[in-house]
Amino acid sequence: MAVSSPHDQPTLQEILDKYSQEEGALIPVLQEVQATYGYLSKEAMRAIGKALHLSPAQVYSVATFYAQFHTRPSGKHIIRVCRGTACHVRGSDQILAVLEKRLGLQAGGTTPDLQFTLETVACIGACGLAPTMVISEETYGHMTIDKVQRLLKDLGVQAEE
Amino acid sequence: MSRLASVNELRYYPDIPFYDKQLRVVLRNCGHINPENLEEYIAMDGYAALGHVLTEMTPEQVIDEIKRSGLRGRGGAGFSTGRKWETSRRASGYPKFIIANGDEGDPGAFMDRSVMEGDPHAVLEGLAIAAYAVGSDQGYIYVRAEYPLAVERLQLAIEQARELGLLGTNILGSKFSFDIKIKRGAGAFVCGESTALMASIEGKRGMPRSRPPQSAEKGLFGKPTVLNNVETLANVPQIILKGADWFRSMGTPDSPGTKVFALTGKVRNTGLVEVPMGITLRELVFDIGGGIIGDKQFKAAQTGGPSGGCVFTGHLGLKMDFDSLAEVGSMMGSGGLVIMDEDTCMVDVARFFSAFNEDESCGKCSTCRIGTQRLHEILERICAGKGEPSDLETLEILGHLMQKATLCGLGETAPNPVLSTMRYFRDEYEAHILEKRCPAKVCKALIHYRVVAANCTGCMVCARRCPARAITGEKRAVHEIHQELCIKCGACHEACKFQAIAIE
Repeated sequence: MAVSSPHDQPTLQEILDKYSQEEGALIPVLQEVQATYGYLSKEAMRAIGKALHLSPAQVYSVATFYAQFHTRPSGKHIIRVCRGTACHVRGSDQILAVLEKRLGLQAGGTTPDLQFTLETVACIGACGLAPTMVISEETYGHMTIDKVQRLLKDLGVQAEE
Repeated sequence: MSRLASVNELRYYPDIPFYDKQLRVVLRNCGHINPENLEEYIAMDGYAALGHVLTEMTPEQVIDEIKRSGLRGRGGAGFSTGRKWETSRRASGYPKFIIANGDEGDPGAFMDRSVMEGDPHAVLEGLAIAAYAVGSDQGYIYVRAEYPLAVERLQLAIEQARELGLLGTNILGSKFSFDIKIKRGAGAFVCGESTALMASIEGKRGMPRSRPPQSAEKGLFGKPTVLNNVETLANVPQIILKGADWFRSMGTPDSPGTKVFALTGKVRNTGLVEVPMGITLRELVFDIGGGIIGDKQFKAAQTGGPSGGCVFTGHLGLKMDFDSLAEVGSMMGSGGLVIMDEDTCMVDVARFFSAFNEDESCGKCSTCRIGTQRLHEILERICAGKGEPSDLETLEILGHLMQKATLCGLGETAPNPVLSTMRYFRDEYEAHILEKRCPAKVCKALIHYRVVAANCTGCMVCARRCPARAITGEKRAVHEIHQELCIKCGACHEACKFQAIAIE
C-alpha cells in the first residue's frame, strides 16, 4: 500500500480493519479516509474496494454520487458559500460572484497553489443568519460583500491591481 | 441606570411578540437544558414516557394512543404516524429496523438540527418508544453530512443512555432490548426519500427504487423497516405523557399539534418558531416575524423547500396546516418558510429551485433527469432576457408531465416551485419574456448599475470596494462604472452612503 498517512492519523489499513465487520461500511470508510488524507485518491479507492470486496467502479460510483467526497486534492482553506433559499433571497449569489472574481475560481475549483477551494453547499441550516458562508468549519453569518473582502484580506488574498 | 432599574425592565417571554404566540412542544427543551447532560433531560420528565410504555402499555396500546392523537409525519407528506407503525407492527420478518430521518435536506429548514443538537435525548426516547411499538430492536439515526455537531451530541447521548440502561438489553428491567447506531449522510438531497436513504445506509448510491414492495415489508437490508422524521419522534414522548386528547387540543382537527417553522428571508425576526397548526400566515409573518425588513411590501412566502411552492399576498389569511397548503398548490414539507419582499424576483426564485433540483436529481429515471434539466434551461433563458412566449406553455406541459411520470417524490414535486410561481406571479414571467425586464431588479442580464451623478460626492468608497475594479473616478469628481468589467455583485450599491448607485 503506497499511501502514507499524515503523522498521528490512523493508516488506511487501520480504518479498513475498524469497519471490516460492519454492514454498509463503504460510506463511513470513505468519510474517514477523506478526513485523514483530505481527498480520495485512486490508490485509496482501489484499496478500499479490495478490502470491502467491491469493484473499483462501485467505490468510484459512490464517491462521485455524494457532494461531500472529493477525488482531487482540495485547498488548505475550503470556502463554502451557502446557496440555500434564505441565503439566496438575501444575496448569496452576489457573495459567490465576489469570491469567484477575487479568487479567480469558479465554484468547485481550487487555486493552483492549493491554498483555496471554493464550493457551494445546498444549505448549512443556519438560515436565520443568512447569507452565510463557511471557511474550514467556521461559520460566518449575516455576510456582506464588505465582510467577504475583509475575510479575504485576513486570509492573505491580495486585491488585484 | 441603576442595577435595580434594569432588572425591572427585564422582559419575559410573553412580553416579546416573537415568543408570545409560540407554543413549544418539540422545542420545549432546546436552549433551556444542557443537551450534553442526561440528568437535565430527566429533570424535564425525560425518559418518563419510555418508562411508562415499557411497564404499563402494550405495543398495541402505544400505537392506539399515537393513532388517536392524529400525529402526522413532520417530514413532508404528513402521513399518519400511528397507521405507519401499525403496518410495521404487522409486517413479518426479523430483524425489524427503525430509522430516524435526520437528513434535513430542504434548504431553508433547520428544525431537526435544532432538536438533534439541543435535545438529543428526546430523539432517542421517541425512537425507543417507536421501536417498542413496532417490535424493532435495532435503530438508526441518519444525520446530514452538514450537521457535525448533531452527530457529536447524539453520539454522546447514546453513550449516556446505554450507561444508564435506557438503551441496550432489557431496558429498565423489561424484556425490551433496543440499540441505536448513527449513520452520517454524505451530501445528497435525494437521501431524504425513504428508499434512497436506506440505500445510502447500505453503503450504496442514494437512489430511490420503485415501490412496491413497501419499506414496511422490505426496507433496509431487505428487512421490514419504518422511517420517522426527527420532529415527529420528538412529539412522541409528550403524547405518551400528556395523552392524545392533550395533543388534539392543539392545532386543527386534521392537523393536530404544533409545527416548527424555520422563519427566514426578508422578515425582521428570523429563527425557529413553533406554533399550533392552523395559525395564519399573517400571524407568522407580521406578529411573530415582526413584518418585512425596512417596511417593504410582503410579496410571497415559499413553503416546503424545493418540493413546495410559493404563496402570495392573497394567502396571508391562509391557515398553515398540511391540507390548506396543499390546496393552494404548495406544501408543508419540513416547515421551511422563506419570506420574500418586493425586491425578490419570483422568476429568479423558480430558476434557483430548478437549478437545485437539477443538481440533486439522482439521474435514475429519465423524466426527472431530463425534465429538471429542461426546466432549468428554459428558466435560465427567461432570466437572461431570451425567453419566448411559448416558453410558458412548455413549462406547464413539462411540469404536469413530471408530476405524473417520475419515480420518486423529488421528481414529482420538482416542478412545484415553477408551477406555483407561474400561477400567482404570471405578470413577472411576462415582463421577463415580453418586455425583457426584471421588475424586482434581480436578474443580472436585465439590470445594470449606474452612478447617479447628482448624488455622487466622489468619495471613492465604491471604487475601492469594487472587486472587479470596474469603477473609476477622481476624488470629489463623479465616478463611472465600466459596464464591460462590472460583475453586478452590488458591492458599490452596498457601500454607497449617498444613494448614488442606481440599479436599472
